[in-house]
Amino acid sequence: MKYVLSFNLNGLPVDTLVKATDTLLDVLREKLNVVSPKRGCDNGDCGACTVLVNGEPVRACLTIGLTVAGKNVQTVEGLQQDGKLHPLQRAFHEHYAAQCGFCTPGMLIAAKALLDKNPKPTREQIVEGISGNLCRCGTYVEVVEAIQAVAAGKYKE
Amino acid sequence: MKKRGIGIAVGTHPAGLKGGGDPSQAQIRLKPDGTFDLLNGAVDIGQGCKTILRQLAADELDVPLENITHQNIDTDTGPMCTGTFASRVTFMDGNAVLAAAADLKKKIREWAAEYFECSPADVEVANNKVFVKGVPEKSLSMAEVGAMVNWGGKFLVGTGAYTPGPGQQFDPDTGKMTAIASLAFGCCVAEVEVDTETGVVDVLKLVQVFEVGKAMNRLLCKGQNNGGAMMGIGFGLTENVCPYYPTMDFAVQDLTDYVITTAADMPPVMVEDIVEVPHPNGPRGAKGYSEMTASLAGPAILNAIHNAIGVWVTDYPATPERILKALEAAHA
Amino acid sequence: MAEYVGQPVLRYDGIGHVTARTRYVDDIQLPGMLYIKVLTSPVHKGIIRHLDTSAAERMPGVAGVITAKDVPGKNAYGLIPDQPVFTPEHIRYKGERIAAVAAVDEDTAMEALEKIKLDIEEQEPVFDPFKAMEPGAPLVRPEGNVWEFNSGKTRKIRFGDVEKGFAEADVIVEGTYTTATNDHAPMEPQVSVAYIDETDRLAIYTVSQDLYFHLGMLTAIFNLPMNKIRYIGGTVGGGFGSKNDIHCDHVAGLMALKIRKPVKYRLTRREETAYTTKRGPWTFYFKDGVKKDGRIIARYVKTVHDTGGYAGMGPYVVDKNSILVAGPYAIPNVWVDGICVFTNKPPASSMRGFGIINGTAADQLQTARVAEAIGKDPWEVHFINAWREGDLGATQFKVEAAGLIEAMKRAAELAGIELPAHLKAMSSRGR
Ligand code: FES
Ligand code: FES
Repeated sequence: MKYVLSFNLNGLPVDTLVKATDTLLDVLREKLNVVSPKRGCDNGDCGACTVLVNGEPVRACLTIGLTVAGKNVQTVEGLQQDGKLHPLQRAFHEHYAAQCGFCTPGMLIAAKALLDKNPKPTREQIVEGISGNLCRCGTYVEVVEAIQAVAAGKYKE
Repeated sequence: MKKRGIGIAVGTHPAGLKGGGDPSQAQIRLKPDGTFDLLNGAVDIGQGCKTILRQLAADELDVPLENITHQNIDTDTGPMCTGTFASRVTFMDGNAVLAAAADLKKKIREWAAEYFECSPADVEVANNKVFVKGVPEKSLSMAEVGAMVNWGGKFLVGTGAYTPGPGQQFDPDTGKMTAIASLAFGCCVAEVEVDTETGVVDVLKLVQVFEVGKAMNRLLCKGQNNGGAMMGIGFGLTENVCPYYPTMDFAVQDLTDYVITTAADMPPVMVEDIVEVPHPNGPRGAKGYSEMTASLAGPAILNAIHNAIGVWVTDYPATPERILKALEAAHA
Repeated sequence: MAEYVGQPVLRYDGIGHVTARTRYVDDIQLPGMLYIKVLTSPVHKGIIRHLDTSAAERMPGVAGVITAKDVPGKNAYGLIPDQPVFTPEHIRYKGERIAAVAAVDEDTAMEALEKIKLDIEEQEPVFDPFKAMEPGAPLVRPEGNVWEFNSGKTRKIRFGDVEKGFAEADVIVEGTYTTATNDHAPMEPQVSVAYIDETDRLAIYTVSQDLYFHLGMLTAIFNLPMNKIRYIGGTVGGGFGSKNDIHCDHVAGLMALKIRKPVKYRLTRREETAYTTKRGPWTFYFKDGVKKDGRIIARYVKTVHDTGGYAGMGPYVVDKNSILVAGPYAIPNVWVDGICVFTNKPPASSMRGFGIINGTAADQLQTARVAEAIGKDPWEVHFINAWREGDLGATQFKVEAAGLIEAMKRAAELAGIELPAHLKAMSSRGR
């Protein structure tokens, strides 16, 4: 049995046929070919699949796809505006906050969720904000520095 | 009670396959507009070889970095590389890239010698130009050379290979084995706080310094240094696939129970630096080192635990259970 | 003069990473692609008595089933090529591959796996390497449970005369240390996509860290020349040694060769954690002969490495460990016995540090205890013994571009530790 799932993806409406058991990660990656959310564990442990649903960071692998019906889903594909990198993208690049890059989309989304709510976080708040995102390359120091730089206004247009 | 301690650890790490015999190759070709393609077979697993191999090629060819592309996409096009392991790519592939660039420069000089009607020895390839030494009017931009070479029916490709030497076997009686491409060094100082009630260890500060020969890219080194520390902290404190080793009972299943270091577990103070003692055979003096960045934090932390609580935990990882048992044994 | 070396040039692939344009293998979807699931051994040790895949083959949605019989070349791979792609008979660890199914999706493939009839005669496994070395222990391998080096059952390093060193020592310091089984846990799990390309060749998207090293192994398995395989890779979501071994490419490649359709084989995190290669566990025994002034004049090390069910890189890791386990010190008398033991566990292989991380872990606790035993500051012991230019290591290599003392001085400075003047005056350039 399949259902039509309609939602807003990075500002554009999408419709797709899904099974009741498909996770949001399955829907995005396998049905819609939106591959920035990564399948690191499929178990809620790593954060590589983090996306925004109505502005809230969620683990796409733990979210049933049908629950996003009518909602706004944001992924790294939607971070660039007018062809320009988002300040967090620039900061991550310039701070070497991506090594292999596999955890990076999840990290960027976690960082965006944090700064959207709290534009001037303390170091501790930043660490907390990304502590659910595992990076086996160990870029945490650089990720924190990049987010601090954005929070300090260094990447304003 | 919370007790603080400091511990140190030092180490060394070789580049490349034990005993040698692990070559790498590289290829650089001149395009019709005077830009270059660098091809090799090393894999970028995040360490940054796509970045530093271009840096080496640009320096050796003396051309702008933007003028060099790098591709390592497949085995149809990529020359041989034994692999991305054993901290070997900077050293082996770096040397191969330098050799390929030198070979291409030689071929450009030979082509230009014919064009300028002089000896190849008088031709200089520098500053993105090709010219005859001391004769300013005999000079071409690399763009002009690229066009004339390629549209003139020539194809200039520089190839280079590097091997640290043929594979060497151990002497069966003495273990003699003299082949070591390079040795890098490191030192780590860890400061910890141990809760003697719970056995929980907080790493407060980690200082790591690595002697790398020559840093190709200081900020990529920083990423390795801090990233290796993340893995070293896990090695020292949490990571254990078989907690009831040697049995397989309760072997971990996934990232829920295989506990790797998170951002919140990182020491609030992370200090890293490099020192450089250039290696005679390394590309621009570089050594291979980045595996070692994971090796020192663990023992430095265990030494710091001893410094804090006065008892030795000699089994890695130093879990709260092991620390409490060691304390108990000491007080029994 | 262009001078990019040493400059903080931004990552060449950095924009790709922050925009998520970097393509990893699991991001690849090919038209008509099928999905593979693998039947693995439910027991640690045993013999396959009967294997019947016919019901799975007949299931709707299944495109193909392969077993050991479908390997056209050598059913063995690894640095020491002793591990079968699919085991034909003997099971040496829980999780060993037995058969693979390709189906329209992973759920269907998993259902099909349940239809495979498998009859295994379970045998008593051995997990403890020390038990495995005892006479009469269950045999993990027919040839015996201890790896044979060219020096026999131990890798022997003999440098100087340790007994003489112990006799001349003021203090003897002993210690035993263990390190655990570690998982690489790269954020990108193991995955492979294989298909027959437009030139009728086998093409494989790989997460391999070592394109040519693995290409060589694959040619042997597929019985194909190198130029009949297009091995596509170069960008990997973290390896740390886990992708130094093949985990998916052989299975995906064999399936694509058989059914001539695109296939994806990816491990779940659980499959990866349970079945793939690990950093194997070690036990180290150290005995040092030390002078009161801090000089280590003799070091005896015995190591036991648990390599699991197949050799893979185990003996290599023991070799590498043996070369440097005595530490970065000028010790005139060194004796190392390195032992590599088979047990019924997933094979141990390479992981960041390749045996040296384990040796360092042990040697650095031991060296700290040496300092404690003679009442010296550990810095003093490290500085006094540290290699200087031209010193010889335990396997008689010559130390070139020595730099430990320089690294220690800088680390002490950054840690706010004031070293005594006589240590500060030292240099790697001389003793
Ligand atoms: S893939 Fe969702 S948390 Fe890991
Ligand atoms: S950059 Fe590799 S996992 Fe984070």
